[in-house]
Formats: sequence, C-alpha cells, structure tokens
Amino acid sequence: MAGRRIRRTRKGDYQLRLSADERVLLRSLPGELREILDGQDPALGRLFPPAYADDPVHDAEYQMLMHQELRERHEEALAVMEQTVENERLDQEQLHAWSRALNELRLVLGTRLDVAEDMVEVDPEDPRAPAFALYGYLSWLQGEIVEALSAAL
Amino acid sequence: MSTSPPDLAPVGVEEPVDQDVTEPDRPWLVIVWNDPINLMSYVTFVFQKLFGYSREKATKLMLDVHHKGRAIVSSGTRERAELDVFRLHEHGLWATMEQAT
Repeated sequence: MAGRRIRRTRKGDYQLRLSADERVLLRSLPGELREILDGQDPALGRLFPPAYADDPVHDAEYQMLMHQELRERHEEALAVMEQTVENERLDQEQLHAWSRALNELRLVLGTRLDVAEDMVEVDPEDPRAPAFALYGYLSWLQGEIVEALSAAL
Repeated sequence: MSTSPPDLAPVGVEEPVDQDVTEPDRPWLVIVWNDPINLMSYVTFVFQKLFGYSREKATKLMLDVHHKGRAIVSSGTRERAELDVFRLHEHGLWATMEQAT
C-alpha cells in the first residue's frame, strides 16, 4: 500500500492525495446528483427520510418546515466538494462536507443498485458492473475520509 | 445528555393541543435504523460528531443499529428530537422519532 491517501497535517488540515482521473470523476458527480434532486427519482428517498415514521400528520408538518432546508444542506455539501475538488489540502469542515457529499452519492447509487450489506463480486460482463465499481470506489474514499476525520475527534 | 429546560417553548410555532398525542412528560426518542449503505465507521463518526459521544459509546450504538436493526441514539423534548433527526438526515442516516410509551 502506498500510504494513506488522506493525511492529517501538523497544521490540522488534511492533505488529499488523489489522481487527476479521480478528481475528474469526482468533479462530474455533484452536478449529476443535483440534476435529480428536485425530481421524483425513487433513489432520493434515502436522502429525505420521514422523521415521524408512523405519524403522517406530524411528518407532513415536519417536512413542510424542514424539507427545503435539508435539500439545501445536501446541496451545500455537494457544492463544497465541487469547489474544492482540485485542492491539495482541505480544512476539517471541507473534508467533513466531502464525507457528506460522498455519502449522498453512495445513498443514491447504492439504492439504485439495490446493494446488500454483504456485497458479492459482480460479473464484469454485467451491465451494472461500472456502476458497482463506482460505488466501490466512493465507499473506499469515504472510508479513508472518515478514518482521517475520526482520528481528530 | 443535555435536555432543554421544560419551559423553553418555541416561539411562533403552533402546536396541536391534543393531550392524547403530545403528553409533554414522555420524552421523544430518536431512532437510527440499519441500512446496507452507510459505512459502519461513518455511522460511528456521526454519533461522535453530533452527540459528543465517546468512541466506545458511539461504536456500541452503531453495532446495536447493525445487529438489532435500530438503536435509540438520543432523547429529549420534541424540539430537541426534531433537531437531532434533522442533523442525522443531513448526514444521510436513516433516523426517525417517536414518543416513549
């Protein structure tokens, strides 16, 4: 292993060692998610869960007050990742936003792929293989980020 | 865990007055449900970050979610629970709230 890809520096920010290809990929994803954020895509359900599971009346009140704000928070995280995708260094808040943005992407992609907890290898001939590979990459990167952030708690 | 003082009523929010539904004495519970997507390390991190829990406590709650399907991660007033649910949703966790029985 070539060492950690995300490393906390002595200054307390984070050094991000990502290839140009990875950055190109990561730059393209927030826009794609933003495009479906206002639509009816069933995969969005995991980004906007009910608050009151068994109480539609209270949940409707809650959603009226909070849905738009939650949508804005989701967008903010995507925007931070988009705007800092070329950075060699991120501060803690930015890296935290990356972890949330990557999670949003994973929630939508993982829901579409109907991923299970115990992932089995996907046949490379399977038409969904590239999407599974992307999901695997995003999961790995999020794991790296969480590890770096957790070490500073 | 800190809870808001009981007399700290929200301003300008009209609550439906229905004693059957909103008994103020019973705390609201914030529940996180298991899902196959959120990373275990991320869930632990979020519990530490949002609630200030120790790594040990956050890990135990995460494992409860993972093995039992759900865990109560915080409790308090309805307003407090709504805020916690919102912050968990902001982090992509599947959280709901219900009043203790």
